[in-house]
Amino acid sequence: MDAPATYLNWAFILISIPNLLMILGMILLFIVALVAPFPHGSEEPGAEEHRHE
Amino acid sequence: MSESTREPVADRANWTLALRRFLERRLPIVHLLPDRQPYYVGSWVYIFGVVAIAALAWIVATGVLLVFFGPQWWHVSNIGHFVNALHFWAVQIFFVFMVLHLWGQYFAASWRDGRAPTWVVGVIVFAISIVATFTGYVAQQNFDAQWIAVNAKDAMNAVGVGAFFNVLNFGQMYGLHILFFPIAVATLVVVHLVQVRMRGVVKPIDPPGAEPPQAELPRSEPHASQGPVA
Repeated sequence: MDAPATYLNWAFILISIPNLLMILGMILLFIVALVAPFPHGSEEPGAEEHRHE
Repeated sequence: MSESTREPVADRANWTLALRRFLERRLPIVHLLPDRQPYYVGSWVYIFGVVAIAALAWIVATGVLLVFFGPQWWHVSNIGHFVNALHFWAVQIFFVFMVLHLWGQYFAASWRDGRAPTWVVGVIVFAISIVATFTGYVAQQNFDAQWIAVNAKDAMNAVGVGAFFNVLNFGQMYGLHILFFPIAVATLVVVHLVQVRMRGVVKPIDPPGAEPPQAELPRSEPHASQGPVA
């Protein structure tokens, strides 16, 4: 655990594997949040009017 | 002198009354504690900010424990290790979800319709959080903290703040970390939340069901981007 992380080097880009995994995970989570269906509760009376605010 | 003629003079001199009227006008309770939200808030993207706030609550709670028991406790005892780890990982979650929240608001252009101050306060919270976390890293009281501080001092000196922001001074870094920065972040997060509640969540750029913009009008026309919400 105390060993230094492995780094990827491509031209001027230098990034550690843990940092790269974090960034990729965040991008994946962001995409999932955009497309995943959000659970909606049952429509209450008046909800439709609120939609047109 | 009648009541009606005396009251305006008294009103002008009464700061308490003026403040109350200002708060009643600008912060109505129905906006601060709404029981309904627009339909477009029903998206996981709006959960990011809430998770960041939840992580901040964990950071503060575990930080208070760490302050009370001190470095020996968080370095030696098992429960101290555990609380220290909770503090650390809550910070990681705070930053991950604050950045995801930032992405969501950036791509929604959420500074529209008079929400620029809300956006600016959010950016300031992000910037202060970075410095707050940095002071935490150099206040760990271990070799990792020393390594970070010795390397960072050159950067601080290079930008000219080393004289009053001495990263090798544990007392200064610890004091800033447990007092100044938590108060600053928490206060600005509250301001950010109140701003969001007062203005509401920004409408989608192209809400479903909105009338398409007329061909002869440029896209910059106000009604082209603020059509009726479905």
